[in-house]
Amino acid sequence: MLDLSKYSSIGEAVRDALETWPREVCLYESDRGEEKQRITYREFKERALPLAKWLQDTGFHAGDRASIIMTNQSKWLISAYAIFYCGGTLVPLDYKLKPEEQWTLLKHSDASVLITEYPIWRQLSGSPGRAEARKFKFVLVTEAPGNADLAGATEWESAKGIDPPRFVPRKRQELACIVYSSGTGGTPKGCMMTHENYLQQCVALTSLYPFWPGVKYLSILPTNHAIDFMVGFFGPFICGAAVVHLRTLRPEFVREAFTKYQITYVSLVPLVLKNLQKGLQTRFDELPPAKRRLFDRLRNINKAFTQSRLTLPLSRLLLKQVHAAFGGKLEAIIVGGAFTEPQTLQFFYDLGLPVANGYGLTEAGTAVTVNDLHPFRADTVGKPLPGMEVRILNPDTDGIGQVSVRSKTVMAGYLNEPELTAQTIVDGWLMTGDMGRFDSTGHLQLFGRKKNMIVTEEGKNVYAEDVEQAFEGLAVKEYCVFAANYIWPSRSMVGEQLVLVIHLDHGQQFTDDLRKEIAARNNRLINYKRVHGIVLYNDDFPLTASLKIIRVALAERLGKLEREQAILPV
Amino acid sequence: MRTLEQTTQEILELAAKHFKAAPGSLHAEDDFYKKLGIDSLQALELLSRLENHFHIELPDYEVQGVSDFKTLAERVQARL
Repeated sequence: MLDLSKYSSIGEAVRDALETWPREVCLYESDRGEEKQRITYREFKERALPLAKWLQDTGFHAGDRASIIMTNQSKWLISAYAIFYCGGTLVPLDYKLKPEEQWTLLKHSDASVLITEYPIWRQLSGSPGRAEARKFKFVLVTEAPGNADLAGATEWESAKGIDPPRFVPRKRQELACIVYSSGTGGTPKGCMMTHENYLQQCVALTSLYPFWPGVKYLSILPTNHAIDFMVGFFGPFICGAAVVHLRTLRPEFVREAFTKYQITYVSLVPLVLKNLQKGLQTRFDELPPAKRRLFDRLRNINKAFTQSRLTLPLSRLLLKQVHAAFGGKLEAIIVGGAFTEPQTLQFFYDLGLPVANGYGLTEAGTAVTVNDLHPFRADTVGKPLPGMEVRILNPDTDGIGQVSVRSKTVMAGYLNEPELTAQTIVDGWLMTGDMGRFDSTGHLQLFGRKKNMIVTEEGKNVYAEDVEQAFEGLAVKEYCVFAANYIWPSRSMVGEQLVLVIHLDHGQQFTDDLRKEIAARNNRLINYKRVHGIVLYNDDFPLTASLKIIRVALAERLGKLEREQAILPV
Repeated sequence: MRTLEQTTQEILELAAKHFKAAPGSLHAEDDFYKKLGIDSLQALELLSRLENHFHIELPDYEVQGVSDFKTLAERVQARL
């Protein structure tokens, strides 16, 4: 691994990595089970530098912002490196967002360059949001068919400068990325991440889960997500390791990739992990009785031997077939993006497949705590990573209070939102809005949230305010969307739901037509953003002088209602 | 060449078979997540079935945000 204390920026570190391991493979790309390409560190450099030169030739300067909206693939990482090489700031956006949402964030980020894939651009270029994004100098589109109308874009593959580009150094405190943790409907929360944030986070994470040449990381979480950016790009690259990209994430091809590439690490969201658990459990249940008894015995032996410390070679020997299905080289499954239920974590650990769960948020530079497996504690989210100061604010009698974090990995603030930044980072401490406590061994346990948002099992952060747009113009006096747990605090991190609170006009009835209208609007939302219930409230909402709803006060009043009775089905 | 209606009908039948729903119980306008009680991963499984049945390649991206059979059928139809 490179000594990151010597570097000031992501670009500088990756530049050295490309020189350090020229013959190692850094990227594998497979589509529907067929390997399409493998790229060495030298080839990566040879593909990225002409693009960097092209960017410079077209007037892309230090500090300029360039966005990437792509699925996980080699051109994502090559483009990102080219942007960093030019001293640019990267704005990675989720390819799964709707075109109008992507335009909103592109406009907010002030990006002047967009690098995207042809199918994404086809939808983006036809979306009305394009008219408002006037700042764009140019758009680069990958993999466009030969006769395609590029709607003013340039082919990525032809964007090649001839001479060597000039490397533009950046300081540690300068912006590396603007990462959106939410805000496609309400206030965009663009986390301003510095090079320092990434360099520090990388040192902390690799101290627990190291990479080395020969390691193969399976990249499944979208690369715009802070976790995949770190463990599916920066982390492996500065260690000479390789990343495996699949162009389709169908379960059958993901399963095949584990054995084909003998994957070392993979990151998953809890939903996928639970799906894996279900699949394995079904296979265990289908074993003939004698084999099942043998398997249970072996699993129990493994459990006994690994209780205090993980012993992978032993687990691989005892539970050979299970490990073979995962390629036989798996060191850990990193799970993130949302809370994972302890029984799921324990299920895998008992098979000798450690799940590195943890707790983090984009604002804190990804991970704050990680399970270090010494010993494995499924009931916690692990201990703070090196360099992280974590404290519990105003703990109640059970020791539970708001988790706050101070570290060099904490973002510089929210883009264009000084007030929100001041509320979120107080005296250098990041207020996470999550509730937790430390147990006697220093492991963090989480107990619900203080903020008006939910996190789905797919790792999607959904802020209640972002969903409100969908109900604009609804024929009621006033309405508001809340996370149910924000109104009725719960100590649970799973099964979180949103509710729509409506205040009817004087004399208005809650008719079937109104319910149908709400249901129809709700169904137009993407599935994870939908509200799960309606709450009728018979009083005026508390408002500020500028007629904005005072959500804290309204939630407090709503909290006096009985939760089960108050929530009506949509 | 199939009509959109035929494509839709075949998708409904495939989905009913794959997720063991009663034949004829699914309709074009249905939200398949809700109606079948499936998650996004299971929806991806359905895509593989569709690809094999219609002999097409359907990138995951094409069906991002799609949750009803009608839109799914339109995406399939565009690639036939």
